[in-house]
Amino acid sequence: MKPLPVELDSLACERDQRELFASLSLQLEPGEVLQVAGPNGSGKTSLLRIMAGLLPPSAGDMRYGGESVFSGVGRENWRQQRLYIGHAPAVKGALTAEENLAWLCALSRPVANDHIWQALEQVGLRGFEDVPCHNLSAGQQRRVALARLYLEQHPVWILDEPFTAIDKAGVAALETHILQHAARGGLVIMTTHHGLEHLPGVRCLDLGQVG
Amino acid sequence: MRQIVWLLFCREWRLAWRRPGDLLNPLVFFALVVSLFPLAVGPEPSMLRAMAPGVIWVAALLATLLSLDGLFRSDYEDGSLEQWVLSPHPLALMVLVKVLHHWMMSGLAMVLLAPLFGLMLALPLSSLPVLALTLLLGTPILSLLGAVGAALTVGLKSGGVLLALLILPLYIPVLILGTGAMDAALQGMPVTGFALWLGCLAVLALTLAPIAIAAGLRIGVSE
Amino acid sequence: MNWSFFHKLGSPKWFYDISGRWLPWFAVAGVALLVVGSIWGLFFAPQDYQQGNSFRIIYIHVPAAFVAQSCYMMLAVAGVVSLVWRMKLADVALKCAAPIGAWMTFVALLTGAIWGKPTWGTYWVWDARLTSMLILLFLYFGIIALGQAISNRETSAKATAVLAIVGTVNIPIIKYSVDWWNTLHQPATFKVTAKPAMPVEMWLPLLLMVLGFYALFTVSLLMRMRLEVLRREQKTRWVRETLEKLS
Repeated sequence: MKPLPVELDSLACERDQRELFASLSLQLEPGEVLQVAGPNGSGKTSLLRIMAGLLPPSAGDMRYGGESVFSGVGRENWRQQRLYIGHAPAVKGALTAEENLAWLCALSRPVANDHIWQALEQVGLRGFEDVPCHNLSAGQQRRVALARLYLEQHPVWILDEPFTAIDKAGVAALETHILQHAARGGLVIMTTHHGLEHLPGVRCLDLGQVG
Repeated sequence: MRQIVWLLFCREWRLAWRRPGDLLNPLVFFALVVSLFPLAVGPEPSMLRAMAPGVIWVAALLATLLSLDGLFRSDYEDGSLEQWVLSPHPLALMVLVKVLHHWMMSGLAMVLLAPLFGLMLALPLSSLPVLALTLLLGTPILSLLGAVGAALTVGLKSGGVLLALLILPLYIPVLILGTGAMDAALQGMPVTGFALWLGCLAVLALTLAPIAIAAGLRIGVSE
Repeated sequence: MNWSFFHKLGSPKWFYDISGRWLPWFAVAGVALLVVGSIWGLFFAPQDYQQGNSFRIIYIHVPAAFVAQSCYMMLAVAGVVSLVWRMKLADVALKCAAPIGAWMTFVALLTGAIWGKPTWGTYWVWDARLTSMLILLFLYFGIIALGQAISNRETSAKATAVLAIVGTVNIPIIKYSVDWWNTLHQPATFKVTAKPAMPVEMWLPLLLMVLGFYALFTVSLLMRMRLEVLRREQKTRWVRETLEKLS
């Protein structure tokens, strides 16, 4: 899967008569990491949800490889290309970590159980594969969701506050993983209140200044 | 495509059996509502027999609605629904599987239980197969239509009463056909026509309702 | 097909201007039709050979029922336009028309019940028409309740649009099942508004009243929509200018 550039074309978002941002234009090349920053309520999550395809923009367009992701073939293609992990980790308490991951991955492409176990080991959940997730802590549940980053093949990652509730070592491991993904030519768009200044080559989009 | 249907079915199955209480509640509610009527109107068998089809159908309507209220809510709250909407697989197909699974766990059990309550309400033995058949054809419609309402109210905290307000008027044709078939059976008249009509509506609901449910969920998720 | 008209219709300012020009015409036509129709219907139309003067309530009952039913269809059309073309004006129409439709249904039910007293000897009979109207009232309540329960405006508009479409698909099924249920349980009662044998002097004023009710409906819908458009666009310059001109 060869990653293509993502292009935002004067994107606008309006929520309940309040304009969050307008005429947001941006070109993202494969291999870039974009941190969307801004104060609370500046529309970070809304932007990510628009990019993921959950929320229609009030104006403007977004293109992946030159094709609009909001209609027709472009939309179908975009669904295969981007991985979105939102605020809510989509982890079911009644299911085990392994069952959760098997289902979440199957939503795009089924994966083998060995791979799931490897991924769980990489996010530090070895030995918790068969534990129902309601017995895990918030940070561990978040790790289950983030294990998808080690399993799925999508070139574009859209991550909303991935570091929430994760400890320092976990954050460092994830940062490395994100940089590796970018180095392979992938694209990462993320929000976080955790500073990423120490990482090389991270672009920052401050929504507080765009609006 | 077949694989995702199967995996989804397994997921729903596991989720259901790990919280068996949720499965039982609608059935107990169904039994309770049916048992209230003899207490309210008296145990006179002829009166009970005349009322039985209506009582059982109204109880089935209400039990289905109650059980559907939370159908999508937990998936909505923990973010699973977002992942469903974003998936390349057709959302309408996935919700159809989910609703049919839910029907197997609640509607089908009601179909199996209903003849027992028919007996308790003094229905003659010969009419019980008709009761089971009409419920078998009718309850999937109730589940599918109710799921449309559940999808439209998914983001709301107090969905229950609103769901009933939205969906009960749409249940009226099923109620009329179901009780009509029972009345016909009690009078010794043929019921094939009723069964065919119910079958028609079931096919219509199977084809159109998933589209409306999917549209409702997309709207709910975009909030 | 000329689509520029369609896109213009989506612009609130254009709608506000054009509806302001239409409104007086509809209002004048509505008042004239209603006055002529009711005077004709109440004083000059002949008595019904069975019901005497009590039948004259059809001059309100029938038009209200007509408008109530077509209003629900209109909701579904607005819903399709809103979902497919994302036209905001369709959202406004959907939101504004639902309460008018509910009131019309209520008027039809009320006049039906009043009419029932001299005809059947009781205010309420589970007649097929009345039952269908009652269900229609519940359907309207559902739409209004859903619209009010969802706080986000766009979400609420889209959800009510879906509900209106689902309801419209169901209305014929409900209607036929209720008619059929009625024939099953009440064979051969006295049928009101029997279609044949209505002389011209009776149905011509009825036609005027129906047209008058439609005009009245259009006037109230346009007025409500104009108000809603002003409320939604209150931050724009054209609204401020319009309001300054008014005051």
